[in-house]
Amino acid sequence: MKSRKPSIPYIIWMLVFTMIPIIMIGFTAFTDKQGNFSLEPFTKAFNYSEVFLKSLWIALLSTAICLVLAYPLAYLIAGMKHSTQNTVIMLLMIPMWMNFLLRIYAWITLLQDNGPIDMALSLLGINATYIGNTGAVILGMVYEYLPFMVLPIYTVMSKIDPGLIEAAQDLGSNRFSVFRRVIAPLSVPGIISGITMVFVPSASTFLVSQYLGGTDDIMIGDVIDKIFWTDQNTGSAISLILMILIFVFLIIMNLFGDEEAIA
Amino acid sequence: MKKIISIILAATLAAASAAGLSGCGGNRGGNEGEVNVYNWGEYIANGEDDLMDVIDEFENETNIKVNYTTYETNEELYNMLKNSNVSYDVIIPSDYMISKLIEEDMLLELNYDNIPNYKYIMDRFKKLDCDPESKYTVCYSWGVTAMIYDKTKVSKKPTSWEALWDKNLRGQILMFNNNRDAMAIAMQLCGINPSNCTKEDVDKAAAKLREQKPLLKKYVMDQVFNEMENGQSAIAPYYAGDIVTMMDVNENLDYAMPVDGANLFYDAMCIPACSKNKENAEKFINFMQKPEIAAENFKYLCYATPNKEAYDNYIDDEYKNNELIFPSDEYLDKCYVFTNVSDEVYSYMQEQFVNIQAE
Repeated sequence: MKSRKPSIPYIIWMLVFTMIPIIMIGFTAFTDKQGNFSLEPFTKAFNYSEVFLKSLWIALLSTAICLVLAYPLAYLIAGMKHSTQNTVIMLLMIPMWMNFLLRIYAWITLLQDNGPIDMALSLLGINATYIGNTGAVILGMVYEYLPFMVLPIYTVMSKIDPGLIEAAQDLGSNRFSVFRRVIAPLSVPGIISGITMVFVPSASTFLVSQYLGGTDDIMIGDVIDKIFWTDQNTGSAISLILMILIFVFLIIMNLFGDEEAIA
Repeated sequence: MKKIISIILAATLAAASAAGLSGCGGNRGGNEGEVNVYNWGEYIANGEDDLMDVIDEFENETNIKVNYTTYETNEELYNMLKNSNVSYDVIIPSDYMISKLIEEDMLLELNYDNIPNYKYIMDRFKKLDCDPESKYTVCYSWGVTAMIYDKTKVSKKPTSWEALWDKNLRGQILMFNNNRDAMAIAMQLCGINPSNCTKEDVDKAAAKLREQKPLLKKYVMDQVFNEMENGQSAIAPYYAGDIVTMMDVNENLDYAMPVDGANLFYDAMCIPACSKNKENAEKFINFMQKPEIAAENFKYLCYATPNKEAYDNYIDDEYKNNELIFPSDEYLDKCYVFTNVSDEVYSYMQEQFVNIQAE
């Protein structure tokens, strides 16, 4: 049997920085300010159910758009020459080396009134506002998380054994049915981990909505942040509910694919 | 062998995290010990813009090592003091937070004999509302809230906060993304004095803010700079010092002070109960009130200094005559200070403010 001792530091790390904080949040969520058992934080948390729904909706929509954009891209990249693949993946990664906040500021400059996009479109006679609405928030999310969708799908696709594709072709499949019967089913694990990697952070973020959204685009992360200022109990309750929702989502995803795909 | 390595690893990890939790351990002290200063971000002259590096200067003069860390909100400061066992020697909280800290016995009384420069402080900023007997505080900076507006979008100089509810500016108005400042403006418009406000007052103010929400472009704090400087919005309430900064960038911007007064806020230096270097802390506080140092800090911050000597002898007339930075005494008499709001009302205020945004 392999020794488990080398994993001890990681276990301690998990205990100190993951398990104990979660237990503390759980404890705080079920107490009132005086430290007595109470369900009040949860009743208060449900005041924000609309924000919950809106956040999950925005996250879901962003994830769906990411998937639609990322899947063909990953497919194209996986079919390229090996050296080209590396270059393209590199190009995808480079923006991620820059601080996210800076990139959001860049989007503000692009989208704002009299910004480049507004100027260009008003030359064509289109006048509209491109920032401060839900559309801008979703755009920001898709921009931010697209690489997290492309990379896992690409990784899975590039590992598909060419022999399988050749076998399908030998057996008379055309390109479409090769894709439908071989590539698509084999790429499911990549899709699942992509969805997980996009959905989970986008459901809980608030930076994008704070910077690109308007007054109606407050997200649950923002509510948690603000409530924590004065009321840690309700803040914890909301965080706990969000964690449970995301957990449920992960389990549902789990039903679709093999377990190892869940990050 | 593996066992030994993993024990060492675990021990190092535990030690590192313990050190992290206990915060600034003092292994780098100067000859005369050290002082742990916990201040707002960008709130001290740091050698930029041809100004003095105040901390360097203090270290050179006294041989006391300064461990300088910063926070972003009063609440962050409070949570650090309350929930972690770090030790700070000088903190610079705002008015309402000082009341709260005094109430919870979290500040030490100052020995003003060690702070002779206290004599330079203007009388108005000596017996602060949050510290009426002057036992805990030495005022660091102050200012008022006001409005900043874009002359190309707002035709007439506003005279009241009511301009932030102007239906003609729908979609171009910004509002404080901070319960206290937003509620205070709404309360003033409802004829309520925000200091000593009750839950009913908060409800009235919340109703007023709900009325405003559909007219707003956004609730902002720091984003106000980008919005106003680039001509994206018409009008916003903000802090006087920052309004001056924004007006320097975009010449279409102008300020407007509500005629019936605004919020007078101040931040003051205090020594928290967890301090281990009280004497050094008093030296630091004293140093910060040397007129030339106070003037340097003023030039960096653009927030008014309470130091009379600095005001009289070290600050250019251009600033002194700016009614936004140094409002007249008559104007200050009309302003209110946000203190003495009970914890319960304060949390209620925050909750209501989040609810308005979440609806």
